[in-house]
Amino acid sequence: MSFIEYGDTIKEGDTAIVFLGHESMFPVKVQHGGKTQTKYGVIRHSTDLIGKEYGSKVTCSKGGWVYILYPTPELWTLNLRHRTQILYSTDISLITMMLELKPGSIVCESGTGSASLSHAIIRTIAPTGHLYTVEFHQQRAEKAIEEFEEHKVGHLVTVKTQDVCKNGFGVTNIADAVFLDIPSPWEAVGHAKLALKHEGGRICSFSPCIEQVQRTCLALEEHGFTEITTSEILLRVYNVRTISLQIPDLGKTADGNSSTGVDGGSLSNEDALCPNLQQETIQFKSGVPLKEMVGHTGYLTFATKNLF
Amino acid sequence: MEAPARSPSPHVICEGDWAVLKRGDVFKAVAVVKRRKIVFEKQWFCLDNAIGHAYGTSFEVTSGGSLQPKRTLEEMNPETKEAGTDNRNIIDDGKSQKLTHDDIKALKDKGIKGEEIVQQLIENSTTFRDKTEFAQDKYIKKKKKKYEAVITIIKPSTRILSTMYYAREPGKINHLRYDTLAQMLTWGNVHAGNKMIVMETCAGLVLGAVMERMGGYGSIVQIYPGEGPVRAATSCFGFPKTFFDTLSEFPLSKVASVLSGTFSLTPLPSECEKKTPVAEDKNGSGDDKELSLPEVEMECSPKVAMESGQLEDQEKTEFASDALDDQAKGTTHDKQKKQEEKRRQLIAAAALLKNKDADGLIVASRFHPTSLLLLLLELVAPSRPFVVYCQYKEPLLECYAKLREKGGVINLKLSETWLRNYQILPDRSHPKLLITGGGGYLLTGITVKKESINTSDCLDEPSSKKRKLQEHQ
Repeated sequence: MSFIEYGDTIKEGDTAIVFLGHESMFPVKVQHGGKTQTKYGVIRHSTDLIGKEYGSKVTCSKGGWVYILYPTPELWTLNLRHRTQILYSTDISLITMMLELKPGSIVCESGTGSASLSHAIIRTIAPTGHLYTVEFHQQRAEKAIEEFEEHKVGHLVTVKTQDVCKNGFGVTNIADAVFLDIPSPWEAVGHAKLALKHEGGRICSFSPCIEQVQRTCLALEEHGFTEITTSEILLRVYNVRTISLQIPDLGKTADGNSSTGVDGGSLSNEDALCPNLQQETIQFKSGVPLKEMVGHTGYLTFATKNLF
Repeated sequence: MEAPARSPSPHVICEGDWAVLKRGDVFKAVAVVKRRKIVFEKQWFCLDNAIGHAYGTSFEVTSGGSLQPKRTLEEMNPETKEAGTDNRNIIDDGKSQKLTHDDIKALKDKGIKGEEIVQQLIENSTTFRDKTEFAQDKYIKKKKKKYEAVITIIKPSTRILSTMYYAREPGKINHLRYDTLAQMLTWGNVHAGNKMIVMETCAGLVLGAVMERMGGYGSIVQIYPGEGPVRAATSCFGFPKTFFDTLSEFPLSKVASVLSGTFSLTPLPSECEKKTPVAEDKNGSGDDKELSLPEVEMECSPKVAMESGQLEDQEKTEFASDALDDQAKGTTHDKQKKQEEKRRQLIAAAALLKNKDADGLIVASRFHPTSLLLLLLELVAPSRPFVVYCQYKEPLLECYAKLREKGGVINLKLSETWLRNYQILPDRSHPKLLITGGGGYLLTGITVKKESINTSDCLDEPSSKKRKLQEHQ
């Protein structure tokens, strides 16, 4: 298993995703002799997981079953342990495309945080790119390094523990893209410019507040960045439901009047004539928006560094 | 960059490259060819002078149609010292500009630089000094946009091309907005080393985006409807030749035969397709072409004849002429070789598909998605993501239900993204415009191993829960 290369069978040391049901899953580190408790009973790694194919149904001790999935950065994002606020795949998607990341890209990132975005970047720039990520929080940086090794992508990433606003990224004229997710990105814009290649590159800054965005945009302009744009992306998820709506009883006067405007309705005269009969309904499929949705994560400000 | 670099570098505009012209927010993809006249934003020019300059260089169009590199885009700093505080005394009498249309035209004809014209307009505006600082700023920006034609030449990328297509020819890409495409690439876990299956009718834009993300590592099988794959947008990316070594194509109409194991390699595919039942098949495919291909064209405005549009036509005529040649049994050595090559590719693609172990499926087409999905998902290995795009929500609702019924997939999600752009200026920050609806919908999910029996009980939502939810409605 590695986050950058699919494999077919579950092996010792893999991080696998246990899928219990809709939006209910968790990661598990596969170990000989290991046991994992789920609400459907226990999963024994040696017999239930190792050697099985990813995507298999695994029956737990109480008879219930789960699916074991191959870990992708997207599943990891949904399952990682939060050490900070994290970026989700909706924002990550736009960031990846707008920063023009692809195999071979050199990327600078700060802060590393919970490494949600880091995993997505590494996936995209592998096998020839490299990520330089800066995190001033010692413990978080160490945890990130540990995870990268565990996920077998350590060779594609360098974690530095320093303050990006004071000390920059520790590299110069090397990056194709820079990503900033820090409280005061405007203080790091100069360092970002230095990190980017001489011939130019792209930058993105993520900030929840508009005041942060304003200061960042000013700083970007002062440093000669062009194509400065700010956008916000919102994800709308729909539940697919079959809905039944009752046909109203319009009384006897509506009898025989076929033009009640009910399209495809199963109203028949016979039914309408009986006052006691069950109300007729019409069924249809609908994509129903969730009751609540994420209304704001942050503003994404993009810009280009030019040759001059 | 002043001195054009001599050594060919990927950062330098070279003859034969595909480049993108940018003016403001308007893009156009062009092939860099010497002495070719290009019309962009009501101006014509040649790219000859741009060759040798770095990508990202800005140029000014001179009257002779040549491009003159422009150094820094200096922010206009006119005397904005004098400014009013409000517009209570500004009256629209239509006489605030003392220069007449003819005066302005005369200035332009004299070949005076755009920035000087703007300066003159400011000087001859009686109300300019009374406008607020912000209004002055806005006025200048508007005039600059009109009179200062600065064109930047940039390198193509998914970012640029998907933005360009959505703005210029949304009909050709089924209104797939760029943020939606971004979601597809992420949810499809598209990366180097994958073995991807792509079925698209988006002019090859989605294919190009997948190719960019795979960087020439791994393999892609493009499933195409009709006569052959359309790759007009793909060519705009200017990928190196090696990228195409990893790309193969396979006709949609033959996928079922690969799955059932009846796909036969014995008869020459070209023969069985085009020659054997000459009369019938010829008619059939002819009709097909009439129906399917122009349909794509119809939706987009033919006015914006993009470079890529021309190419698409070229491609089509190529296909057409192929068929013609076959009919005229022009069996020259070259043609035979070409057919052999095509056949080899077809066999190779079939072999790739036969294993049913693809790492992902991306569908973005003008066709109804349900039957496509049910068929193509058979080719995908378990525990792999798939993404279906549709311009409309309803077909995806049905697709969702059918996939649930059939099983073999989990974590189905129907979604849409909204994109909001902002104007960020000191004391003038606000959302720009809300694009909504037009970006399309996605159905995503993950494949799992199918159990032969027990397809009815689905893991995601126990039936009791489902019923409860319905009752709540």
